[in-house]
Amino acid sequence: MFAFLASVGAAFFGFLAATGRLAQFALLGLAALFSPPFYPRLILRQVVYIGYYSLPVVGLTAIFTGMVLALQSYTGFSRFNAESAVATVVVLSVTRELGPVIAGLMVAGRVGAAMAAEIGTMRVTDQIDALTTLSTDPFRYLVLPRLLAGLLTLPALVLVADIIGVFGGYIVGTYKLGFNPANYLTQTETYLETNDVVSGLVKAAVFGFIVALMGCYHGYHSRGGAEGVGQATTYAVVSASILILLSNYMLTAAFFGK
Amino acid sequence: MTRPATPKIAVRGLEKSFGAKRVLDGLDIDCAEGESLVIIGGSGTGKSVLVKCILGLLRPEAGSIRIDGVETIGMRRNDRAALMHKFGMLFQGAALFDSLRVWENVAFGLVQGRGMERATAREIALAKLAAVGLGAEVGELRPAELSGGMQKRVALARAIAAEPEIIFFDEPTTGLDPIMADVINDLIVTLVRQLGATAISITHDMVSARKIADRIAMLHRGKIIWQGRTAEIDSSNNAFVDQFVHGRAEGPIQMEVRAL
Repeated sequence: MFAFLASVGAAFFGFLAATGRLAQFALLGLAALFSPPFYPRLILRQVVYIGYYSLPVVGLTAIFTGMVLALQSYTGFSRFNAESAVATVVVLSVTRELGPVIAGLMVAGRVGAAMAAEIGTMRVTDQIDALTTLSTDPFRYLVLPRLLAGLLTLPALVLVADIIGVFGGYIVGTYKLGFNPANYLTQTETYLETNDVVSGLVKAAVFGFIVALMGCYHGYHSRGGAEGVGQATTYAVVSASILILLSNYMLTAAFFGK
Repeated sequence: MTRPATPKIAVRGLEKSFGAKRVLDGLDIDCAEGESLVIIGGSGTGKSVLVKCILGLLRPEAGSIRIDGVETIGMRRNDRAALMHKFGMLFQGAALFDSLRVWENVAFGLVQGRGMERATAREIALAKLAAVGLGAEVGELRPAELSGGMQKRVALARAIAAEPEIIFFDEPTTGLDPIMADVINDLIVTLVRQLGATAISITHDMVSARKIADRIAMLHRGKIIWQGRTAEIDSSNNAFVDQFVHGRAEGPIQMEVRAL
């Protein structure tokens, strides 16, 4: 009985300690955002890597999501003669929820894993220690550009995903479901408010920060050679995905909750 | 030659543990300015931990580390950053940055650490590469395109690029064939003398230790158990040193071998 309680207690304190370490890492990152040096070339490189190279995967996901959403909402709404709401449902769902969440999850899988693997490999091969011996702060050189790029780039990526997602709904709505194109666009525009798009972009900034934070944190603290780097990569993707979904609820409650 | 009153590096009562394992247990060692000190000892005895503590990469639990008479443990961030300019380090696995070209690796500390113009840093990097016997064409390659010996030479060029006062060499000849190991040893001796730097090397390669050391110290169970001039190591009258130098399985040092 005592052994069981001891193991539960140890797991609980381990969780608290890990949360504390992560919070400290995040606060260090946030504090570093406000003081130089910033390494603009490295930030630009990360912006290109996170934003530009994620466009195909995010774009494809967004267009199919918009298409499926139009199809599903049509079949559902037709049961009570509310087919005209399809365009509104598509645009609100994409801008408020699906655009940022799906882009966040795709970037977590593509970029978060790569960040953890790259920084983790640098850790286990002493490259991070080498940075310190070369009078370079590894946190500022490796972590800060990624955090900043994640924070700034994901909103832009989500804006593109929103447009592509709505376009996917438009394609299905007009070519498959027989909506009048002009009416569909009018319905799309009529009920869309600035707050719908802005809330999605704020979510995207938070998700971008989470993806970069978890990739950097797990990579930075990886241990034990190739196995440790593999674990760091898995933890980065899983923890970023969970935190994205958790923070999505909290942000939705903050923006739209009563 | 009279030794200066203040050692370049003075370590006193250094303690460092990882969990329940005490790696450094009240270690004392001095290194004089311009001296080449080699620390020998078996694998896992804490040689790398000692160097990482001196460099500030690890924080010891107790003890004192003085560089030029200034205490470095608990040093403020800005003071530590200034202190790092005195150091150069050659890592065991070279630790070259994969994403950068060879010359960029060598110039890294000059550009990022000291804010030098890239063009000027490139000239210096190519000169340092030449000093370790590598041509300018190698400077355009990536580290992954080099052999192990060439990577060690590049790492050596990087360690000396900023002309540091103190250079650390972590197992500089590990993984190299005897000829390349001797080339690296010769380069270390020549470059350290040219710079007039203080050098601390850690190795279990006795050929390397004899070649590059002015003085040798042996680390065992977290303490320095013997130290003396290089010529004195064969007449140390220390059973631990004798066993290590002659590479015998029998003796007071019992390797921890786990049964299969």
